[in-house]
Amino acid sequence: MAVFRAEAHITLKHGVLDPQGKAVHGALEALGYSGVEQVRLGKLVEIEVQAKDSAEARSRVEEMCRKLLANPVLEEYRVAAVELLPNGGAAGAGGGGR
Amino acid sequence: MTAASCGPTAGAGAHFGVVVFPGSNCDADCYHVIARVVGRPVDYVWHGESDLAGFDCIILPGGFAYGDHLRAGAIARFSPVMGAVRRFADAGGCVLGICNGFQVLLEAGMLPGAMLQNASLRFACRETLLRVDNAGLPFTGRLAAGQVLKIPIAHYQGNYFSGEQELSALEARGGVVFRYCGPDGDASPGANPNGSLRNIAGICNSAGNVLGMMPHPERASEDILGSTDGRLLFLSVVDYIEGRAAARRAAPATGGGGGGGSV
Amino acid sequence: MGLKDAEYERIVDILGRHPNLAELGMFAVLWSEHCGYKHSKLALRRLPTGGWRVVQGPGENAGIVDIGGGWAVCWKAESHNHPSAIEPFQGAATGVGGIVRDILAMGARPVAVLDSLRFGDPAEPRVRYLISGVVGGIAAYGNCIGVPTVGGELACDDSYRDNCLVNVMCVGVARRDRLARGVAAGPGNPVLLAGNRTGRDGIHGCTFASEELGERSQERRPAVQVGDPFIEKLLIEACLEALGTGAVVGLNDLGAAGLTSACAETAARAGTGMDIDLDRVKRREPGMSPYEVMISESQERMLLIVERGREAEVTAVFDRWGLEWAEIGRVTDDGVLRVREGGSLAAEVPVAALTRDVPVYDPVVEEPPYLRRAWRAPLPGDFAQGELPGAANRALTAILASPEGCAKDWIFSQYDHMVQVNTVVTPGADAAVLRVKELGPAGLAVTTDGNGRLCYLDPRRGAALAVAEAARNVSCLGAEPLGITNCLNFGNPEKPHVSWQFAAAVDGMAAACRALDVPVTGGNVSFYNETEGAAGRRVHPTPVIGLVGLVADVTRCPKAGFQAPGDVVGLIGPDGAGGGAGDGAGDGDGLGGSLYLYAAHGLVAGRPAAVDFDLERRVQDATRELARSGILASCHDCSEGGLLAAIAECCLLAAPGAGGAEVEVPAGGRVDGALYGELPSRVVVSAAAGDWPRVEAACAARGVPVRRLGRVAPGRIVARRAGGTQALVDVATGELRAAWAGALESLMGGARQ
Repeated sequence: MAVFRAEAHITLKHGVLDPQGKAVHGALEALGYSGVEQVRLGKLVEIEVQAKDSAEARSRVEEMCRKLLANPVLEEYRVAAVELLPNGGAAGAGGGGR
Repeated sequence: MTAASCGPTAGAGAHFGVVVFPGSNCDADCYHVIARVVGRPVDYVWHGESDLAGFDCIILPGGFAYGDHLRAGAIARFSPVMGAVRRFADAGGCVLGICNGFQVLLEAGMLPGAMLQNASLRFACRETLLRVDNAGLPFTGRLAAGQVLKIPIAHYQGNYFSGEQELSALEARGGVVFRYCGPDGDASPGANPNGSLRNIAGICNSAGNVLGMMPHPERASEDILGSTDGRLLFLSVVDYIEGRAAARRAAPATGGGGGGGSV
Repeated sequence: MGLKDAEYERIVDILGRHPNLAELGMFAVLWSEHCGYKHSKLALRRLPTGGWRVVQGPGENAGIVDIGGGWAVCWKAESHNHPSAIEPFQGAATGVGGIVRDILAMGARPVAVLDSLRFGDPAEPRVRYLISGVVGGIAAYGNCIGVPTVGGELACDDSYRDNCLVNVMCVGVARRDRLARGVAAGPGNPVLLAGNRTGRDGIHGCTFASEELGERSQERRPAVQVGDPFIEKLLIEACLEALGTGAVVGLNDLGAAGLTSACAETAARAGTGMDIDLDRVKRREPGMSPYEVMISESQERMLLIVERGREAEVTAVFDRWGLEWAEIGRVTDDGVLRVREGGSLAAEVPVAALTRDVPVYDPVVEEPPYLRRAWRAPLPGDFAQGELPGAANRALTAILASPEGCAKDWIFSQYDHMVQVNTVVTPGADAAVLRVKELGPAGLAVTTDGNGRLCYLDPRRGAALAVAEAARNVSCLGAEPLGITNCLNFGNPEKPHVSWQFAAAVDGMAAACRALDVPVTGGNVSFYNETEGAAGRRVHPTPVIGLVGLVADVTRCPKAGFQAPGDVVGLIGPDGAGGGAGDGAGDGDGLGGSLYLYAAHGLVAGRPAAVDFDLERRVQDATRELARSGILASCHDCSEGGLLAAIAECCLLAAPGAGGAEVEVPAGGRVDGALYGELPSRVVVSAAAGDWPRVEAACAARGVPVRRLGRVAPGRIVARRAGGTQALVDVATGELRAAWAGALESLMGGARQ
């Protein structure tokens, strides 16, 4: 089994009001950044998961998004990069003192 | 478990259960109100429990279950107890989700919609006025439609959201139970503390036995704390449960038989 | 590492050898000013700590006082100034976490938090960023753990610009027979570490708190810890449940100096030693050295000493609550703290060396020259006849729109102040009142009070005034003061002027505590609140008092605001007629150091009034008796802003229809002094006309001056001189309300969390 690292991007659906995005937009303008058209805030979830190949890793993470990571009433998700970790992820880095 | 087979044993009164998730904060407050103000038997129900036999009303209290991590209620909805709460509700048991408890019910899909962060992006702890828009539920029997209640809120995420179609369907079936309003009952934008769509503060399911509300009725159940309007909700559901049990005892031929809850 | 050369030499002497890196780190943290109290210990010994109700005085994680019925109240305050100045949200959040664990360590359930906050001028964006972050952090942490934040203070002054003060107090309630102590008793007993894993957070957090902030402080950013209130909430429940098993011999939190201080202090209190195996300590980061593990300040960790053989009863509780734990060592009997790693000895230090042998300094003190200059500084001219009432109205508005004087709803609406359903008197009054459900009608009145301006101008008088005000505040709710904790916020004690300020403040506090019979049950010292360099600034000496009082009947606490038009408005205490005698500019009428001088004239000058302790005590006794009697319609302490600010607040907090007053202030002396002077020992009350004679009688019986000022009347606040016709103040309450209620929101406009 290899270990893959996937990134799930979770964002509010476009019809949903994003007060945080608005607040950040205002702050950027107040700092003098002109021409900012839109700001939306979302979540990035990084998951290191065992799978036999990257397709399986992607499919597992997408299921996690549907089941837990994203709320389908409010949010949509997109699984971005899926990469093979050369040293087996966190387990390979060695945890001390357990 | 069927509605007919659960109910208080004669004399003991409606039996309440208060669910405790890791991070629940208002469980003890709800327990206190049921035990010492309403005066009915009440037990804590650990989140790992999957048997709700003997209970008549389950309360999901306020707090920060699982730290509100990921989304408020997102992790708690997968606790073993929630499977039991769903079955309990399907069989007609009364379920009240308060604040975080409401958020858990939404994440679990037992009520429609979702919660966003307050429009102010700040926590809001203050008294609010609520208009009763549905007085025909187990939890609102002692209330009148249009009545204004004073009950406080305390939350970061009380900004109720639902798609337009779902909202219309909710309204059409009388699913909106409480709305934030002014002293005259007017659900105006100025009375809305968190940006909630249509000033929605509390909703119920189609059967009317599951109620979710952001304000805290347990904090408005004693004079000494400034309002007793919240107590009316607990007394209403007691009326409903004990009335139902009394009716069953009076007419044993209709099946199911009297008291003693068994699932 | 923050140790002086001489201190290092001393360590070598004690050990008989040079310390290794881990041992040096342990000394560096426990001998830091923050943990060791080197420059303050001598002065602090002058504080009175005894009393018939005191169950636990200073020396443990928090003080404890008996409240009857088999119950006790436990409270303490802590400062988190330096971390909050760098990372305000997490600095303040972890401040709450730390003080809550101190109360939990005594076996008490935390029932309230209060915050006393001081910042620079909110016109500056960076100051708004700090205020917003600190309030947000306290809210995020306190709300999540389900402990209501019910009170506090806010003040803004240039002296706090680069060194904000974030003092947090926690109050808890415990059964007398279930109290815990931070003792590593019973050689052979296992030592458990429970809660979050140990990482590199906050390494040298307490040495960081023991030095001045400068340019390099931004580099210290990694030193700020991140709080995890969810784990803290689980810890609260698990520790209280574990204590219920009876198998827990000692309980201590891990705060400043982490594992080192928890192990050393518990062993020191018990006269034992401890043997710790770092391999057993669960870590969050790989490759940590013994040095790092011993001084890490990772949050949400508790140390438990358990009765040998009964470990399983305790660990079962932590398992149930989903908390990690590890047995990391044993109590020994030889007074030595041994730390092992990988099978070999990483550190070996006598416990007494780390605790009892901390150097104690008798600092050089020197009265700062600014003091007497400030007393003699000419005050601005009084209001001219022709400018009244306009000028006095504007001054009142300035006072009520200032950060100190304005409504604090913007802050306390961000705090869940109702959770636990005990808050009978919510934020906004002189003190918050919490019922204690198990004690029937009885409850606790809690408050924090401090005043940097007054202490800057006269540390002795200023500190005494703070104690008096705190005790008077709870008396207004009918409560009997039980004791105080304190947070003493000062500059660099190695500078003689600062040590002089410290010693004088401690003396003032001690005198007031003795006179008012209010023992000190514990406290905290925060030094080095100053920035170095040419534009350097030092905070005003700011002792903050955290006082708890016992309320006999929480259903009988008078409101702060007027209740009915026609009620008599009166003043209990000295009326300051004639401007009073005094021995310095402005201390006869209380103008020295007043909020009026600061808010209306931008001035910090004059000499604060002295407290007449005997009179103060009698005023508080009379106030308490009247507050409990039910005769009073309202009762409100008179402090910042003086008499008219107090009356205005009574109008702003009034019941509908009672939001105004027509009063007469005593003749003689300056007009601004009569209106806004801050004389101590004064309380504004109101009562139905028919009840007023009983108020007068109660005061006469105690030899306390009482004066009828006027009546409650809706809509306007009008003040005249006694026997005069000209209005000194004449303003619509609604106009004042707009300024008072909207001030914080508009000061903070544009702030981002």
